[in-house]
Amino acid sequence: MKIRIKFAKEGTMKFIGHLDIMRYFQKVMRRADVNIRYSGGFSPHQIMSFAAPLGVGMESRGEYVDIEVLSTDSSIEMMRRINAVIGEEMEVLSYRLLPDDAANAMSIVAAADYIVSFRDAYAPSDWDGFASGLQSFLNEEEIMILKKTKKGEKEMNLRPLIYELTAEEDHRIRMKIATGSAANIKPDLVIRTYMETRGETLAEFALKVTRTEVYGNRGTTEHPDLCPLADFGEDIE
Amino acid sequence: MRKLALSDEILLSIQQPARYIGNEMNAVVKNPSQVDIRFAFAFPDVYEIGMSHLGMQILYSMFNKRDDVYCERVFSPWTDLDQIMRQQKIPLFALESQDPVKQFDFLGFTIQYEMCYTNILQMLDLSGIPLHAEDRGEEDPIVIGGGPCAYNPEPLAPFFDLFYIGEGETQYDPLFDLYQENKRKGGTRRDFLLAAAQLPGMYVPAFYTVTYQEDGTIASMQPNAPGIPERVRKELVLNMDDAPYIEKPIVPFLKVTQDRVVLEIQRGCIRGCRFCQAGNVYRPLREHSLEYLKDYAYKMLKNTGHEEISLSSLSSSDYTYLKELVLFLIDEFQDKGVNISLPSLRIDAFSLDVMSKVQDVKKSSLTFAPEAGSQRLRDVINKGLTEEVILQGALEAFQGGWNRVKLYFMLGLPTETREDMEGIALLSEKIAELYYDEIPKETRNGKVQVVASSSFFVPKPFTPFQWASMCTKEEFLERAYIVKHKFREMKNWKSLKYNYHEADLTVLEGVLARGDRKVADVVEAAYRGGALFDSWSEYFHNEIWMKAFEDCGIDLSFYTTRERGLDEIFPWDFIDTGVTREFLKREWLNAIGETVTPNCRQRCSGCGARSFGGGVCFENQN
Repeated sequence: MKIRIKFAKEGTMKFIGHLDIMRYFQKVMRRADVNIRYSGGFSPHQIMSFAAPLGVGMESRGEYVDIEVLSTDSSIEMMRRINAVIGEEMEVLSYRLLPDDAANAMSIVAAADYIVSFRDAYAPSDWDGFASGLQSFLNEEEIMILKKTKKGEKEMNLRPLIYELTAEEDHRIRMKIATGSAANIKPDLVIRTYMETRGETLAEFALKVTRTEVYGNRGTTEHPDLCPLADFGEDIE
Repeated sequence: MRKLALSDEILLSIQQPARYIGNEMNAVVKNPSQVDIRFAFAFPDVYEIGMSHLGMQILYSMFNKRDDVYCERVFSPWTDLDQIMRQQKIPLFALESQDPVKQFDFLGFTIQYEMCYTNILQMLDLSGIPLHAEDRGEEDPIVIGGGPCAYNPEPLAPFFDLFYIGEGETQYDPLFDLYQENKRKGGTRRDFLLAAAQLPGMYVPAFYTVTYQEDGTIASMQPNAPGIPERVRKELVLNMDDAPYIEKPIVPFLKVTQDRVVLEIQRGCIRGCRFCQAGNVYRPLREHSLEYLKDYAYKMLKNTGHEEISLSSLSSSDYTYLKELVLFLIDEFQDKGVNISLPSLRIDAFSLDVMSKVQDVKKSSLTFAPEAGSQRLRDVINKGLTEEVILQGALEAFQGGWNRVKLYFMLGLPTETREDMEGIALLSEKIAELYYDEIPKETRNGKVQVVASSSFFVPKPFTPFQWASMCTKEEFLERAYIVKHKFREMKNWKSLKYNYHEADLTVLEGVLARGDRKVADVVEAAYRGGALFDSWSEYFHNEIWMKAFEDCGIDLSFYTTRERGLDEIFPWDFIDTGVTREFLKREWLNAIGETVTPNCRQRCSGCGARSFGGGVCFENQN
């Protein structure tokens, strides 16, 4: 049985890197006695795959990991069991059964939501101007940037990879941007590029970033139908 | 978000921020205002090393069982954070509460190896606690040291208020009670130390005066305050099953060196290898019962979620119920995806059978520790492993499909000759030849690989070799070249590999291991000169230490190569480990006479540990 788990990683857990979170989850699965499937061989490993790595320093309320289990209790009971041993500042938000033929989370990731806010010392002095400028930034058809690749630098158009971008109070910005293997951009790249159009530079550590949701694409590349990864599964009664 | 001592900016610009944030699974969280005693348990090395240490976890769990005590952990900040903390004047903090260590009642160091001494000074310094005990005031924590290096605490004497000699499980409760009582009575720091020094196992360096002979050796070491005992007897747990153990080990976020459940199966050793400090100071051998270990294996795996369990002891093959325990672990946990990691066992039919069940024969290697290249020298060191046994074990292993062998040796052992050195290459060659002679071509799993490694021998206190002269760096390297050269002459040299350790570090370890109080100046000068993380070869700078010796006017050869007389008073002689000096002397003479001493189960050799009234000495006597 394929299970998709949605979880939050908050507070000081933002300092724990992706590889360590993977090891951490394996131990959580054992502590919670999840009847997870193992690969064979002398060093068996759990069948487990994460949707989209979260950079060190970012918090999230929308992380996903897929596992395979041999048996399971109800979603509510499994969440209770896992949350009892998951530790502080981590929480399972949903535990859902996927169809047997479901593609794994990593392969279908297409977009993610972020809330980005400025740390106090770094907030733009003219927030209203900053906020209203975002709309005209989005009105451009092309936002060309140089992206570093393995071979050097490549020119790319950032605009089609930004699906939503709005400013809120308290120096906060919400965005929905392309994520995953096909196209992947990071929230600070969007802010940095915008600030450069205003003749400003983004200081290191200026932003606090929280991921709030990760989406898969149920439509096509041309006509995407973005759907939260949890919606690909169903609760177990 | 939990309170952190370091800002996001700092944490995001250093390596492995997870070293400094605490909050791991099973870490203990208490309200500091609701406890009477705050104890900062320090491991003077980086987090990943310190968190792999079993003793720290045992005492952490034991201290925190008391409602009036809050024990937290603190490790050496890595060099990147060390610089930032100095520049920004951020005081050293404990992981759980993130509060400055200077606010604590106790700062306790576990001292596991000599090359961490400068890190102890780093941690005191970053905490803002005076390096010297005599400069500390009523507001400073009591700085206490324990662990194997406390068996010769003298090179650290000025930096510590108190040393705990022996196993920590027994006297900390009385020590905490005493601290509480002293606080209630409005007593001073000195009042507490005076009372503490009268508890078993406690050593307060300031209450002892050392006088020296003209030649620099010790003339006397005497208490200088009323009620202070002349000798300090080590503490130990008599019944292992009654001692507190860890039910909920802390599970680090980072992949630490020991990322697994560690089950301590016994303490002490029956073997009596004459170079081994642990084998001598942890006498007598005391075992856990099988039922106890089964119970803890369950609990610890359940509470940590670790995917591996390993057994810990000095010589696991000597554990009475080893077979039952290992088979239980395999039966019970292997199909739950738990790896069983075996300690180095004596190679025989049983261990090979077990190993073939828990590891991939093609990928794993077999380890032997002959320690010396010839039977003559193995008799000198009392390593009861013969060439016949090694070759028989290797043969059985080759027949079982293994083709990689690791061999561990020491160079610079007392009485060592060129033949002994060359014996390392010859033994390696014999093992390789055995493979090609005995294993038919069609069943071979490729070529045989024999990797021999040698470390350089450091004489340690409380061993029969405490009288031994140590080699110079040049002598060590010369011996390594002799071995290396001999390897090149071997017929199967392509299947053999030889490695040897660094010599600079060994010489220094030798000074600190058998040093006296005068050496403390050198440690401090080296620290002030920039020495830190000396056990990490990329950070070890021999020239800093050599300058420190020069500046302090201390001749290191006094501590290393000098011949010590049989009746010389050693800096550590005031400690009573139970094993008598007479026994050690007898064993030193037996070593020179190439006479083997049987192990404790074969015959009691009267080492003195029987006086504790327990352990192997009393086995089968009820």
